[in-house]
Amino acid sequence: MKPSIQINQIGKTYGDVMALSDINLEVETGELFGLIGPDGAGKTTLFRILTSLLKPNAGEAWVEGLHTVKDYKKIRRIIGYMPGKFSLYQDLSVAENLTFFATIFGTTIQENYHLIKEIYQQLEPFKNRRAGKLSGGMKQKLALCCALIHEPKVLFLDEPTTGVDAVSRAEFWQMLKRLRERGITIMVSTPYMDEASLCERIALIQGGKILSVDAPEAITNSYQKPLYAVRTADYYRLLNDLRDTDFAERVAPFGEFLHLTTREKMPEQEIKDFLLSRGHSDIRLQPAKPTIEDVFLDLMQTT
Amino acid sequence: MLKTFIAFVKKEMYHILRDVRTLLILFGMPIALVLIFGYTVTNEFKGASVGIVDQAQDDLSRQLITKLTASGHFELVRKPHNIEALEADFRAGDVKLGIIIPPDFEKYFLGGEGSTIQLISDATEPNYAVTLTNYASQMIRDFQQEQFPTEQMPYAVAIENRMFYNPELVGAYNFIPGVVALILMLISAMMTSLTIAREKESGTMDLLLVSPLNPVLIILGKVTPYVVLSFINALVVFAMGWLIFDVPVRGSLALLLALCLLYLMVALALGILISTRSDSQQTAMMMSMFVLLMPTMLLSGFIFPIASMPAILQFISKIIPAKYFILIEKAIMLKGAGWEAIAIPAGVLLLMMFVLLAAARKNFKVVYD
Amino acid sequence: MKNEYAIQAIDLTKKFGDFTAVDAISFDVEKGEIFGFLGANGAGKTTAIKMLIGLSKPSSGQATIAGYDVYSQTELIKEHIGYMSQKFSLYEDLTVLQNIRFYGGVYGLSRKRIKEKSAEIIERLNLEANARKVVADLPLGWKQRLAFAVASVHDPAIIFLDEPTGGVDPATRRQFWEMIYETASRGVTIFVTTHYMDEAEYCDRISIMVDGKIEALGKPGALKSQFEASHMEEVFLKLARG
Repeated sequence: MKPSIQINQIGKTYGDVMALSDINLEVETGELFGLIGPDGAGKTTLFRILTSLLKPNAGEAWVEGLHTVKDYKKIRRIIGYMPGKFSLYQDLSVAENLTFFATIFGTTIQENYHLIKEIYQQLEPFKNRRAGKLSGGMKQKLALCCALIHEPKVLFLDEPTTGVDAVSRAEFWQMLKRLRERGITIMVSTPYMDEASLCERIALIQGGKILSVDAPEAITNSYQKPLYAVRTADYYRLLNDLRDTDFAERVAPFGEFLHLTTREKMPEQEIKDFLLSRGHSDIRLQPAKPTIEDVFLDLMQTT
Repeated sequence: MLKTFIAFVKKEMYHILRDVRTLLILFGMPIALVLIFGYTVTNEFKGASVGIVDQAQDDLSRQLITKLTASGHFELVRKPHNIEALEADFRAGDVKLGIIIPPDFEKYFLGGEGSTIQLISDATEPNYAVTLTNYASQMIRDFQQEQFPTEQMPYAVAIENRMFYNPELVGAYNFIPGVVALILMLISAMMTSLTIAREKESGTMDLLLVSPLNPVLIILGKVTPYVVLSFINALVVFAMGWLIFDVPVRGSLALLLALCLLYLMVALALGILISTRSDSQQTAMMMSMFVLLMPTMLLSGFIFPIASMPAILQFISKIIPAKYFILIEKAIMLKGAGWEAIAIPAGVLLLMMFVLLAAARKNFKVVYD
Repeated sequence: MKNEYAIQAIDLTKKFGDFTAVDAISFDVEKGEIFGFLGANGAGKTTAIKMLIGLSKPSSGQATIAGYDVYSQTELIKEHIGYMSQKFSLYEDLTVLQNIRFYGGVYGLSRKRIKEKSAEIIERLNLEANARKVVADLPLGWKQRLAFAVASVHDPAIIFLDEPTGGVDPATRRQFWEMIYETASRGVTIFVTTHYMDEAEYCDRISIMVDGKIEALGKPGALKSQFEASHMEEVFLKLARG
C-alpha cells in the first residue's frame, strides 16, 4: 500500500539560510507520527511544504498520493492543518469559529459532529465565549476541532502542545490517540522530547536535518553507550567535577539526576570512589535507561 | 458557494462590529473629517478688516466702497488719508487688505479710459491674502459690469469666469468632493489592506488558504462589507454636505453614485495590492499612509491646486485616482454635467481599476515561495 | 529586622472582585535556592508573581522580597530583583553590547561598572566574536543566555524567570540551566516558572499551585514519593485533576 505521506529529498532555503536539507520520510496511513525537534529545526517549514502552502527548492512530496505542488488544490480538500501559533479568530466565539470553518469546507457542524464530539463537549460550556478569552488548553482543543470538522484524511498538527500546561497536554495526547483509532493519519510536531514516546514512530530533527527515524523504543534502544544516573548533595559541583574527568563522554542534567555517559563500561564502584575522593556526600548512582533526550544529545554531538 | 460567501461576509461583519477602533474609523472619521474641514480648513471668510484710501472721494468711489462692505465679507475698519498711513495700519495688523482708489476715479472710469485700483494684501498669510485679493477683484469687476450693464465689456475673462466662480465663496464646494474622495480611499483601501494583513498576522490566512476556498472568494468575502460600508459613508458625507453646508448635487445622483462605486473599486484594488505586499498590520498601515493618504490629500487637488504645483508633482498627480474622482464629482455636483463631460476621467479610473486588480490578483500568493 | 529568607510569603492573597486569584499562599525561599513555581494555566501563578515583583498590590497577607515589604517598598524590591520572561526583553535591533549598556543604564549602574559588567558578561557567555552583532542574528540559545545575563546585570539578590526555556533544543536548554546553577551557586536566589516537568526536577524545591492555592511544596524527590509517582508530571497531573 502507498504511504499516506511520502517525502523525497525535500530541501528548502530562504536566501542563504538553509531551513531543510535532504528530508526523506514515509508515514503510513493511520499512523501517529511525531516530528521531534527544537525551535528552528525546520518542523514548521516541513509542515508548510506538506500542507502545500510553501514550495520546496528541492525534492518532492506527496500526501495521499497527491503532489504537494502540482495538486495543491486537491490536497487542501483532504487535509486538516493546525498551525503552531494559535490561528483562529480571537474576536469570534467558539461556536462562530467552528461554524465558519465548517462552512468554508462546505460542511456543517451537525454533519461531522461525531468526529469532534468528545473534544467539543468539553468546549460546549464556553461556546459563546470569544476564542481570545479561552485558556491555552481550551484554545488548542478548539483549534483541533476546527482542523477536524471537515473529516480530513491527514491531520498536520504543528506544535499543538507548546505553551500548554501539563494537564491539557496529557488530555490532548489522549484525544490524538482516539483520532488515530479512526484511521486518520496524524503528523504532529513537538519540542517536548518526553512526548515522543506517545507517538508510534518519530523523526528527530535538528538544524534542518533528520537525525533519526524509528519507533521511540527502537530509538532509545539504539543508545548503546554506558549511561548512569548520578546525584549527590551538591548537584552543581558534581556536574563540574564529572566534566573534568577523562572517563566521562557527556554529563547532562536530567531532572534530579545527572546523566553520565562514560567512554567505556566501568564498575559503578569506581565512579563512586572518584566522587568520594572529591568530597561528595549522599552519593546515589545507578545505571540509567536512555531517554529520547539522551539520544538527541548524542546525535547532536556526533553530527 | 453562495453559502460560503455569506458565511464569510458574516464573519467579517463580526470583526467590524466587535472592534471599537474599526467602528470609530468607519463611522466616526467621515463625520469628523467633514466637520473639521467644514468649519476650520475652508477658505471662507467673513468680516475681513479692510483699509481703503479713497483718493477720489467721488460718487462712484463711494458706491464701490458700499458694494465692497455690504457683502459682509469685508469690514471697513480704517480710512487712512494716504498710502503711508495705510502701511502703518498694516504693520499694526489692523488691516488685512488695503484698497487704493486713485484720484479722479469717476472721471476716468466713465470716460472709458479705465482706471487702476490698487489692492494690497498682507502676504504673511499667503493663502488668506490670495483669497482676499481674488474676492475683492471679482467684486470690483462685478461693480464695473453693474455700471455698464448694456455695453460690451472689455473684461471677457471675468464673464467667462463666472461659470466656475463660487459667488458666495463657500469652501464646502471644494472640500466635500475632496472629503468623499479621501474617505472612500481611506476606508476601502486602508481598511481592506489592514483586514487582509490582520489575517496574515494572526496566521488565519494560512488556514483559509489550506481550505478548498478559491482565493478570489476569500478576497471578495473580505472586501464586500467594506464596499457596502464605504458606500454608506459616501452617502452620509454627501448628505452632510447638502444639509449642513448647502453643497448641491446639480447633476444626476445615480451617475454620481455609479462613479463612486467605480472609484471604490479602484481603492479596493489598491488596498488588496498593498496587503499582498505587507505581512503585518503595521506595514499595511505605513504603506497605506504613504501610498494612499498623503497623495490623496496633497496631490489630488483637494487641498492644493494642481495648477500651482511644480511640473514633477503635476506629473505625479496624474496617477492619483482621487484627482480624477474629484474632477468627476465637481463636474456632476457643481456643474450638473452629464455622462459625456466626465467620460475621460471615468475612463482613466476604469483603466486604473483593471490594471490594479490584475496586479493584485497576480501578487496574491496562494503558494509561498 | 534581619531576614534570612530571600522570599517570605504569609497568607498572600489577591482578589479581583469576588474572584480569589491567589488564595492565602505561604512559602519561604532560602537564599541561593532554585525554587520552581508550577501550576496549570489559570492557577494563579502570574498573579502571584506580579505581587512578588511589586507590580501588583496584594489584597491581604504579607510578603517580603529580599527583606523588602511588598506593600510599602516596591521600588526597593525592583532594584534588588531581576526579571526575565519568555519574550526575553532584548532589543533585537541593538547589538549585544548596546543591550547590556542599555540595561545597565536602566538600573543606574555607573559607566565604569557598565563597562566592567559588559566585559564580564561577554566573556562568561563566550560572545567575544559576536559582541557587535545585532541580537536578531544570534541563535535562540544565545539570546536566552544573554537575556538572563542582562536581567542580572545589576547583581540582583533574586532573579525571577517566567517560563524561560520554551522551545530550545535539549543541549541549549541544559546550557541555560547550567548558567542558572552557576548563578545560584554564587548565592543568588532563582525563582522560576516552567511548563517542562523535567525542568521542575532541576529545582531545589518546587511548589505546585492549583486554583489559587499551593497544594504541594517540597523537594522534587520528596513530592514524588509523597504522591507515589515516578515522574514530576504524574505528581502534577494528580494534583491538577484533584
